[in-house]
Order: sequence, then structure tokens, then C-alpha cells
Amino acid sequence: MANIAQPGQKQPASPDTTGHEWDGIAEYNNPLPRWWLYGLYATIVWAFGYWIAYPAWPLVSGYTGGVLGYSQRATVLDEVEAVRRERDARGQAQLASATVAEIRADPALLRLALATGKAAFGDNCAACHGTSATGRAGYPNLQDDDWLWGGTAEEIERTVRYGARSGHGEARVGDMPAFGRDGVLSRAEVEAVASYVLALSGKPGVAGANPGKGAEVFAGNCAGCHGERGAGNPEMGAPNLADPIWLYGSSPEQVVATVTNGRKGVMPAWEDRLDPATIKSLAVYVHGLGGGK
Amino acid sequence: MSLAEPTETKAPARLASSTPGVGRAKKFGTAATRAAIPAVSGSLYAARTKIHPQAVHGTFRRIKWALLALTLGTYYLVPFLRWDRGPGEPSQAVLIDLDRGRFYAFSIELWPQDVTYVMGLLILAALTLFLMNAVAGRVWCGYLCPQTVWTDLFLAVERLIEGDRRARLKLDAAPWSVEKVALRTMKHAIWLMIAWWTGGAWVLYFADAPTLVAQLATFQAPPVAYMAILTLTATTYLLAGHMREQVCTYMCPWPRIQAALTDEHALNILYRGERGEPRVSAKKTAALRAAGQPAGDCVDCFACVTACPAGIDIRAGLQMDCIQCGLCVDACDTVMGRLGRPGGLIGYDTEANCRSRAAGGPPVSRILRPRTVLYGLLVAGVGGGMLYGLATRSFAGLSVLHDRNPLFVTLSDGATRNGYTVRLINKWHAERRFALSVEGLAEARVEVVGGTPGALPVPPDATQEFRVLVFAPAGARPDPSVPLTFRIHDPATGETALAQDTFKAP
Repeated sequence: MANIAQPGQKQPASPDTTGHEWDGIAEYNNPLPRWWLYGLYATIVWAFGYWIAYPAWPLVSGYTGGVLGYSQRATVLDEVEAVRRERDARGQAQLASATVAEIRADPALLRLALATGKAAFGDNCAACHGTSATGRAGYPNLQDDDWLWGGTAEEIERTVRYGARSGHGEARVGDMPAFGRDGVLSRAEVEAVASYVLALSGKPGVAGANPGKGAEVFAGNCAGCHGERGAGNPEMGAPNLADPIWLYGSSPEQVVATVTNGRKGVMPAWEDRLDPATIKSLAVYVHGLGGGK
Repeated sequence: MSLAEPTETKAPARLASSTPGVGRAKKFGTAATRAAIPAVSGSLYAARTKIHPQAVHGTFRRIKWALLALTLGTYYLVPFLRWDRGPGEPSQAVLIDLDRGRFYAFSIELWPQDVTYVMGLLILAALTLFLMNAVAGRVWCGYLCPQTVWTDLFLAVERLIEGDRRARLKLDAAPWSVEKVALRTMKHAIWLMIAWWTGGAWVLYFADAPTLVAQLATFQAPPVAYMAILTLTATTYLLAGHMREQVCTYMCPWPRIQAALTDEHALNILYRGERGEPRVSAKKTAALRAAGQPAGDCVDCFACVTACPAGIDIRAGLQMDCIQCGLCVDACDTVMGRLGRPGGLIGYDTEANCRSRAAGGPPVSRILRPRTVLYGLLVAGVGGGMLYGLATRSFAGLSVLHDRNPLFVTLSDGATRNGYTVRLINKWHAERRFALSVEGLAEARVEVVGGTPGALPVPPDATQEFRVLVFAPAGARPDPSVPLTFRIHDPATGETALAQDTFKAP
């Protein structure tokens, strides 16, 4: 604004400076508008108001809360609650009243169930089955197509709802006895039958075991549940012994240990912990991972 | 703050050379040096001097009226233009639909992922600004900038209510009276109405305009609409009514940037000092010239200064505060016309031309310079690229995400399965069914959870996500990582889209 000329006003020969000088270079004084200064004062006053109205100063064990009682955490909780209510109103009621077959037939309901199931799986199932549902020794891999208790969406729903050996009246029940520990089979017979079942899926058995003896032992003790050809029986949770998928490991030592001591894996009943919509969503989600029948 | 100082003008001379005793020899600040520096005589803050521009008539004023009508008319009326996109789709020609994430401009519909076009528009705007500046100075500031246009409108209202410069100066100085209160109330009321309508037009770009107008009138509109209107009413009223030229001088970065981008061949509004100086009153000119003494055409009437909305004296040369609106040209031409002298004492000129003329040389005009050619080519290139992109863009697409874990699943029969999340994009305003296939893996089988790969429905103007399973049979034994191409095909239109991913195996 140094060049503003008012009528009749002469330009000063030596313009006004701020009085600052560095190496012979001085700074022009181009005055700021006064309201700008008042603006600065206003922001300072505003800051005092802010301290009083909002949370501001840290104290030894807490902070000044401000007279408005504002809290970001409370705001977030309100928003989360609002989203939950909206979601309930939109689709959870439908999920609760539909069967899993109906859910899978309706694209919109299916998408809702998959999303709900994914979230619920992470909260409730991932601890044992893994975040990606790939399981680990003793906890079935839900991604593959090998199912102890049946792989249809309905069967999965039943397993989730009542569990396996969970103590619930409707729970899946099956028993792999401790053939070796209880003295039903001798050590040699256990090794023989272990070698026999490993051979069903082309795996090497226990060194020096008698496979002929193993077939005989299998027919006498195992075929009742696992079937004559070892194909398993989902009614009893008896696994398919002829495929390459082994819940407790496929080394001869692991199979010998299984036959000797038996296995009694437990899946909790979720009926009392999760609502029907979530249980159905979990069943649809697990089925939709790709292994469902 | 002057950018350049033609020798004839009365711009302040540089301090270092005009103040004796301030030089490198005495840079350590002896007592003599300090004494030579004038102490700060004024405050570092000054009350703003209110500017009361005089009304002018002429070519540039007419251009400015026309551009004002065009730009404001466009801004206020465009939301009401209709454009039929079919049932269920918005019928507003220009609409930013934040809820659905769509931007509509006539036949163009942009999705959030098309934000590159917005980036292109911004680049284009910056390059155009540079080009305008290289050719003819601050064309944007003087004629097109919203701050200039709205200030011009508010000034016109002020002039209509309170009269021209003289009357306004008198009214400012007068004590409060019924008449003064009435005039001031009327002025501010009209200003606030314009400001309100400015904010009101803004929100109409974000919702169906006729519906929103009805909602606003019956207080049914969403609170955010009222908030936006209130905010923009306040900023318009303050910036155009009260802040005016201070926005350009103190707040806007462009004058500083422009100063770094201009050159001696850029057209700017300049005072032709060699013709105007020395300034002599009209009555004495003839006598002085007859006596062989110098007498310029400038009669020092200050018409250019009183006309200036930025309150500067253009005769001091090119300066940062000047928005180059051309009103001083009109003011000066009017005076010159009355005196029977040729116009153009102030006008669009280049520094190079001024220098050449002062030295008695030929006119210099260089519109075609490396920078104008470069800016022009860049504008054409970016604009052409965007047009090509718009013309050839796809209305179908897909994105594929491989399951992060597990990378593959071995099934009970020895087969391998990979899982993918596939999102299909349908930009038509009708449902489409895409056929999904994969290429790159012999004997691969594709399954879709909750759908059939041959006909995947995607709702109109939407995306749809599917879980896709790809199986390699037990005997296939693919490599640990096989490149896989996902292809969607719309049998109805023949349109296809591709995406790349991999198939993982043990």
C-alpha cells in the first residue's frame, strides 16, 4: 500500500520504515490494517472462552472437562449405537426369521449375512479356528471341504448352535475311544491299524508294522464308525480317513497317539451366547468360505 | 510494493540508494548509520482508508457489466437447468450428489474414482491462469474473480442507494440522521439479500434444486443446508461489502505469485508516462507548449485514482495492489475525450513496448513467446487428454482382491482352491448381467458364492461385490504362482473389462 496517493498528497522523499536494518537494508513500514490486530486479540479472547467451554487443561489425574461437558468418546459411542440401531432395523430381524436356505437364496440377505458372519467370526470363532478359518491341529480348517459333522449350511448352523461334546442336550456327540490306553488293542495292533489307515491316503505307516493285521483290526474295531473303506460318518463326527486332510496330524506317531488315547475335541454351544441372526450369519459365512457342500 | 518503476513516475526511490550513509562500508551499524535511518514515524498498524470509487463509463466498464451478468447468471441459474437421465436418476443438469458419491454435469457422470478428472480440471485452471497472465496480466483478477465480481455488484448497490463518490463521502462524514440511518439500512439489507442468495445458490448444487428451494422455504431442509447458507451469507457480506480490496491485498496469494510469473512482454494496464509527464493543468498546456517547454497530456485530475476500486495511483507504475480491471482506462479516456486529446494515456501495454517507445524505437509486440507457447500447449494437452479420457472411458469394470490368507486351500480330493473378492462396476443406468471367466489356468473351474459365473447381476449405477472361488483340479499341478486374468463380458453390449491377479498353489 506504499503507493497509495491521495489527491494533493506528495510522495515522501524517504518513505517510512520500521526502523529495522540488516546490512544496510531497511524494511519499509507498510502498516497492517488495524482490524487485523484486533483479530489477533479476538482469537486470544476466544481461546479463553474455549478453555472454559471445552476440555482443555491436563491435571495430575485427569483434565478440566469444560462447562459444555463435551467428549469425543461419548460422541463416538452415540454414533456407534445409532449405527447398531439402524442395522437392526434394516436386516437383522429378517436374518433372524429366515432359514439359512432362504438367506442363501436372497442376494441382498446373503450379502448382509456374509458381512455379519465375517464380523462375528472374528469376535467369536477366530480364537480357535484362526482369523482366516484355516484352523490348526485339533481345530478344524473351515476353508476346506472336509467336514466332521456335515458341510451343508444347515448342518453347519446346527454345529454352531449346539456345539460338539459341549454338554448341550442337542450337541453333536461322537466318541473316539482310547483303544490303546484302555487295553482294547495292543501296541502292535495300534501300530498296525495306524499304518493301515495311513495307507488309505497313500501315506507311509509305522516301520515294521503288519498291514494285513491292520486291515483285520480296522474291520473289527473302526469300521463301525469310520465305515468299511474309512470314508467316515458325519452322523457320529467320524472323520474320513481316506482323504489327505488330518485334523490331528498325519505322521505315524500322531495317528498312533490318536488311536491309543482317543480324541474328544470340544466345540462350544453358541445358542446361549449369540442371537439367532448371528448364528445363521456365521453358518452362511463359513459355508461361503468355499468348502460348503 | 511496486513491481517496476518507469523512470518518469513518482514511485518512491529505493531506500538504500536514496538514504546517504547506508551502504556496505558501514554495514556494522555505526552511530552515523543509525542516525541516517529514519526512525519509525508511524504506527505499525493503520486504520483502513475506506475507498469510494467514482462511477465511470466506457469500454472496460461495459465489458465488466457483461461478464458480471454472465458469471453471476451462470452461478445463480445453473442449478435449475434440467437434464433427463431416466427414471430414478437425478434430473438436475449439474449436481454434486455427496450421499451417492456422484458428480453430474449434463451428459457426464463421474464416480469418486474418476477424481482424476477433477485434478485435471484444477491443473487446467492453473495453466489457464498462467496463460492469461503471460498474455494479458491479471485478466482473472480484474474481470472474473468472484471477489471482484461480487464487490462490483455490492458497489453498484451502494452507488444506487447512497449516490456516487461525492455523495458517499458526504454521507460518511455527516452526523447520524434519519435519512442516513434509512439509507444505510436499505444498503445493508440489499447486500444481505444478495449474500443470502449467494449461499442459497451454493447449496442448490448439492441437492435437487426445486425440491431444496421448497424445503428451505418451509424449514424442512437439512440443518447443514442452513449452516452452509449462513456461512456463505456471512462471508459474501463481509468480503464483498466490507473487506473488498483488502482481500486482494492482504489475503490472496495470487498477486505475489503473479509478480513472479509476469515478464516484460505481458500486457498490463500501464500509464504512458512519456506522453503524460510532466503533468500540467489543461489551461497552461497550450501556453507552455507554445513557449517550447515540456507539457504532458496528464492534467493530474485524479480521475484514474478516484475510479480505482483498489485505491491506487496507476501512474506510480505496475503494482501489487492493482487488479487491472481497466476502470482507470475508462476514467482517463473520458477526461481526454472532453479535452479533445486522444485516449489511451492509460491502457493495456507491455513494459518492453513502453521502453522501446521511450527510446524512440518501433512498437514491440511478442504474444508468441516460449512461455505462452508452452502454457498453450500444456492447456491443449491436458484438455485434450481429459476429453479423450472422457470419450473413451469404460462403463463397466472390475477389481479383484486375492484372499490374503489362506493363499490356497487343498481340498480332500487333492484339488487346489483360491478365493477372491471381486467387485463389478456398472455405470449404466440399467441392471446388467456380466459373464465372468478366468484365463491363464487350464482346466480352471469358477464358482461364485450366491451366484452363477455366467450371469452376475449388478444393479443400475452401482457396484456389486462377489466372492469368487477358482479351482484347479487334482491332476493339474499348477506352478506356485500363475498369472490369472479375470474377464467380465456383457453379452448385451459386447463390452468387456479385464483385471489381473494370480493363482497360488502348493
